[in-house]
Amino acid sequence: MSTLVPVDLQPEVSTSDAVPPRERAFSLSNLVRTVVAGYLPLTIAVLVVFLPLLWMVLSSFKQPGEIVTLDLRMLPADLYPENYRTAMTTVPFGQFFLNSTIVTIVGSAIKVILAIFTAYALVFVRFPFKNVIFVLILVALMVPAQVSILPNYVLIAGMGGKNTLWGIILPGLGTAFGTFLLRQHFLTLPGSILESAEIDGAGHWRRIWQIVVPVSVPSIATVALVTVVSEWNDYIWPLIITDKPDSMTLPVGLTLLQNSEGNGAGWGIMMAGAVLVIIPILVIFAMLQRYIVAGLTQGSVTG
Amino acid sequence: MTQQLADQQARIQAVPASGTHAPASRKRWSGRARRDFFIFLALALPNLLLIAVFTYLPLINNIYYSTLDWTLGSATATVVGLENYITFFTSADAVKVLGTTAAFTAVTVGGSMALGLLVALALNSKVRGTTFARSAVFAPYVLSGVGVGLVWLFIFDPGYGVLAWILRGLGQQSPQWVNDPQLSLVMVIVVYVWKNLGYCAVVFLAGLQSLPQDVMEAASLDGASSFRRFLSMAMPLLSPTTFFLLITTMLSSLQAFDLIRIMTPLGNGTSTLIYEAYLQAFGAYNRAGYSAAISVVLFAILLIITVVQLRFVERKVHYS
Repeated sequence: MSTLVPVDLQPEVSTSDAVPPRERAFSLSNLVRTVVAGYLPLTIAVLVVFLPLLWMVLSSFKQPGEIVTLDLRMLPADLYPENYRTAMTTVPFGQFFLNSTIVTIVGSAIKVILAIFTAYALVFVRFPFKNVIFVLILVALMVPAQVSILPNYVLIAGMGGKNTLWGIILPGLGTAFGTFLLRQHFLTLPGSILESAEIDGAGHWRRIWQIVVPVSVPSIATVALVTVVSEWNDYIWPLIITDKPDSMTLPVGLTLLQNSEGNGAGWGIMMAGAVLVIIPILVIFAMLQRYIVAGLTQGSVTG
Repeated sequence: MTQQLADQQARIQAVPASGTHAPASRKRWSGRARRDFFIFLALALPNLLLIAVFTYLPLINNIYYSTLDWTLGSATATVVGLENYITFFTSADAVKVLGTTAAFTAVTVGGSMALGLLVALALNSKVRGTTFARSAVFAPYVLSGVGVGLVWLFIFDPGYGVLAWILRGLGQQSPQWVNDPQLSLVMVIVVYVWKNLGYCAVVFLAGLQSLPQDVMEAASLDGASSFRRFLSMAMPLLSPTTFFLLITTMLSSLQAFDLIRIMTPLGNGTSTLIYEAYLQAFGAYNRAGYSAAISVVLFAILLIITVVQLRFVERKVHYS
């Protein structure tokens, strides 16, 4: 492969057009081609993603007068934190943030533990009908949560779970995705380690926590991160099961904010709200994107 | 020292203990199998029960509810059989809702796959910064649909949005994106594609990078142009990836809710099946039975797509 040479952005200026482009890695035409075919599309793609998000952050610091204007400016005149304060006082944003955090942490922790236990049992514990159970989990993976909202609403509301955090968390706790992903990983673990642990007298409990979990940290991290992201962003279920601000999560609370600010002046406040719901996940993603991308695109390579 | 001694003692004690049980091996075996049986249940049952109650049971309940004339919150309901389905399919709603669903699904799937493939090809070039670009392009996929919807609603704002500002610069007036049924659908589709094309791009990129390099190189040496190589070699070889994406994006488009709810709360031109089911039960009418019928229709469509996928995957859409 001739293009394996790392592309350097400092071309030799003396290169003339007469030199056949194929022979010189650093020729002008090669550089032009690299920029046009390589960097230009990438830059456009990255800008298309980031400009709206940048606009959100900038607008969240703008005064109403800078938003309700025909004379658009990119940067806010000065950092105006009032939008965040207004967002906090118009609706109980602190409460939403707290609720979202509790739902995400509690829900994810339980889901990850349930996934570890179920996957371990499916792979390492003898049981009849294991294949049937696995197929039922696979099918559950394909059942969309969206079509279950009405029956689940009737069920949870009947249990008194309306406007409670447990009512938000409970229906999503069963985890087919995490079980599936961890099972696939556990199957690749060498059985000999577990056998020798068994001979040494380690029970299942110790085998889970001292052997299987420590050697499966990347897979567990993948499951945990994907779960955290989806719990934090979850909208349709919390929207339906809560109608009092005390128990709302951040995405549902944002809807409330949207309803209370009808005119153009409210955009700054709404962008502040959007920042609060988007930025935490963006930061987690920036730090740990490897696991998140791997988890979310699962199945694409195995077909 | 004492610890070691204690360990040794424990081991000495353990040996005869297991030894005494050894002769009755058959009995011990069944005892162990029984213990495994209960350990399995202790580990897996909570999760399995949750899945049964909140994933499988609702499917059955939905079918039952769909046969009722039932106002959500009311204590009484009358069984009406298939009437909800008949009402839906004979009303003007059906054409509108199914049409909107088809349009939304077709354009979002086509759009995010086509743009995703273009971005994947750009990411597949050997320049610096592709790792960063890959993450950046994927980012919108993991962000809250509500947050993203609000950001784009501001951009589309006819008075003070960036788009209106650009249009003014071109001497155009911004249309009323939210109020116009057709334009509101266009708006939601644009944002949906923006949010999801990174997923397609990353999956296509993985497919491109797993292409057999020797074959591609041989074609290149034989003088096939890069366009030619892409069209007659990469695309056919990518067909399993393309098929996988077609199915997954179709399934998720059919379930798109967050953006529609936040950008066009009243539905209007953006009432897809899932949104219509939501509006009927939790909007102004509380028509639970009717909503359940729409959900069942949606589920049937999703089921057909999934079955088609499984059949094709079994036959393996593969060239290698």
